[in-house]
Amino acid sequence: MQYFLVISTLMFFIGIYGFLTRKNLITMLMSIELILNAVNINFVAFNKYLFPQNLQGHFFTLIIIAIAAAEAAVAIAIIINIYRNFRSIDVDRVDEMKF
Amino acid sequence: MVDYTYTMLIPLIPLVFFVLIGISGHKMKPIISGLIGTAGLGIAAFLSYMTAIRYFFTDHLAESGYKSLKAFEITWLHLTDKLTINLGILLDPISVMMLVVITTVSLMVHIYSLGYMKGERGFHRFFAFLSLFSFSMLGLVLATNIFQMYIFWELVGVSSFLLIGFYYEKPSAVAASKKAFIVTRFADLGFLIGILILSFNTGTFDFQLLTSPTGPAITMPGGAAFMGMSVLTWSLIFIFMGGAGKSAMFPLHIWLPDAMEGPTPVSALIHAATMVVAGVYLVARLFPVYALAAPDALTVVAWVGGISSLFAAIIACTQTDIKRVLAYSTMSQIGYMMLALGVSGYGGHDGLGFMASNFHLFTHAMFKALLFLGAGAVIHAVHSNDMKDMGGLRKYLPITHITFLIACITIAGIPPFSGFFSKDEIMVAAWHHNKILFSIEFLVAGLTAFYMFRLYYSIFWGKQTHYHHTPHEAPYLMTIPLMILALGSIFAGFLPFHALVTSDGMPFEAHIDWSIAIPSVLVGVVGITIATLMYFKVNTIPDKVANGFSYFYKWAYHKFYMDEVYMFVTKKIIFRYISEPVAWFDRHVVDATMVGLATTTEKTSHLIKGMQSGRIQQYGYVFVTGAIALVLIFVYLWGF
Repeated sequence: MQYFLVISTLMFFIGIYGFLTRKNLITMLMSIELILNAVNINFVAFNKYLFPQNLQGHFFTLIIIAIAAAEAAVAIAIIINIYRNFRSIDVDRVDEMKF
Repeated sequence: MVDYTYTMLIPLIPLVFFVLIGISGHKMKPIISGLIGTAGLGIAAFLSYMTAIRYFFTDHLAESGYKSLKAFEITWLHLTDKLTINLGILLDPISVMMLVVITTVSLMVHIYSLGYMKGERGFHRFFAFLSLFSFSMLGLVLATNIFQMYIFWELVGVSSFLLIGFYYEKPSAVAASKKAFIVTRFADLGFLIGILILSFNTGTFDFQLLTSPTGPAITMPGGAAFMGMSVLTWSLIFIFMGGAGKSAMFPLHIWLPDAMEGPTPVSALIHAATMVVAGVYLVARLFPVYALAAPDALTVVAWVGGISSLFAAIIACTQTDIKRVLAYSTMSQIGYMMLALGVSGYGGHDGLGFMASNFHLFTHAMFKALLFLGAGAVIHAVHSNDMKDMGGLRKYLPITHITFLIACITIAGIPPFSGFFSKDEIMVAAWHHNKILFSIEFLVAGLTAFYMFRLYYSIFWGKQTHYHHTPHEAPYLMTIPLMILALGSIFAGFLPFHALVTSDGMPFEAHIDWSIAIPSVLVGVVGITIATLMYFKVNTIPDKVANGFSYFYKWAYHKFYMDEVYMFVTKKIIFRYISEPVAWFDRHVVDATMVGLATTTEKTSHLIKGMQSGRIQQYGYVFVTGAIALVLIFVYLWGF
């Protein structure tokens, strides 16, 4: 079980790192997917090893995948709009919302 | 029970006409709006006469004494089950009498104004306000409870304010209207406090309950005492303060002379015949409570009345503006009425003062309205208020001259004119009560005759003034009301008031007490004689007399410096020691707190606005760092 947890921890922090350092919005979106999937692995692993008679963890995972798909669609739509307005998807240039 | 429901039309008709003229008056020809207003008042007057005749004579109410009737009443504000504020119509001898007085004088003034105000700007506005005033005044006298009375009391105050400030382009008129409003408002504060104390202790606003001899106000056990007088006495003194403000009693009289800035018909209607006697009416309305439960308050009323009448009579002897002379004379005569109420007892022959007061109110309304309207006709002819600009007008204004003379004789108390009868009753009542008050009134009777004839001679005799254009007699619209009022002044004295308007509704016998009547007539004659000697022909006696009493004359000429005293009190004491500290507190503590809050917020936001950089990743860093820090805290410090 600890292998699963090590993997998911690695994926989670890679996701965080990517989210915080990449300037490209698409890469940031991908990092978010990594974080989500790290969580999924955790859910499945805990379900499998701690409560084998229950199925909640699996269902949660499925729901998260569905939500992630929808979220990705929304995020891409937003990114396209940002591109149209700024001619760029560099996140540092999208700072109109400051004070 | 006789049906008097129609009496509610009496105040409502002027209200309807006020709204009508006020809203659409500017579209009509001026004369039409004037005629409409006059017609409305005519109807109201007709209904009032009908009510008076029915109430006093044809409906046989007199057999067990005149009772007060509620012709109509609705609940207006439902405060608690016991305490409601109603609107209604109360008929009793004094309210019916006031109906006649108000509608008569108001009708005369309306007719007169058709001539006097002709061609003025704001003709329809004038008539709209006159209707508003009539409505308020009628509502005031017909009020069934003290709260309704207070509402209409304020309404009369407003209409008086509007009419004094009718010539709103003149700064002096604006100042006068403000002064009148503020002074009477200040007095009304006392009235309101009095109402609150009274109704709190008796649990009712209703006049019938309050004044019934077995009602809660009169049978109330003294109540808590404050400074040696019962709560009830204090409340009645406060209520009297309201009445004194409206009736221009010393020391709240300062607004009345200035109120003469309004058009003359207004002075006749509001500041001579009707509104200023509202204070007398108020005391008369609550008279049983005063007389039976709080004789101390009644003593206050008597002395305030006596002092005011003397004070005003002395000032009136020195003024040269004819309207101001009449204003002070009004104040003096109202002082008489207050005094008569103050010296009266309750019931039967003891109630002589009450009857005399109302009698004098009635006759005074006639002759004082006549005097003012006559003065209006004179001003109309010579375009000046000052008697120095007048003299020898009797040839030019014959009708005004005769009617003015009648009014002067009436106010001087010469029989058989009406003033003699009512004044005599007051003298008798005062004689039986208090000799000092009687001697004040005796002196004032002489002074009254003197200053009225001084006025009369200065206008119609005296020097031959040369006028730029020959003065002409006023049009018939103006002289007819004069003649009607002159007839009223002559004959009103023969009304059997002692059988109609009495303190407990029961008629009693009153005779002329010749041992008092003859001296008071004589003092009047003496006053007239002195005035004749001094002013009939131009001579130097007035100047000599003025020099002889130079200091006193100067004092009286400047109205005993009452205005200056008020200015001193307000400017030097109230403004400096109360208003300025309060203003300082407001500016430096209250405002400063608020301003401080605002500036602190602004400065803080300047400091922290850099955090809103708009860079998502920066937010992300902060968020993640915070989350990790929280996890560490939870795990290692709190040991989850």
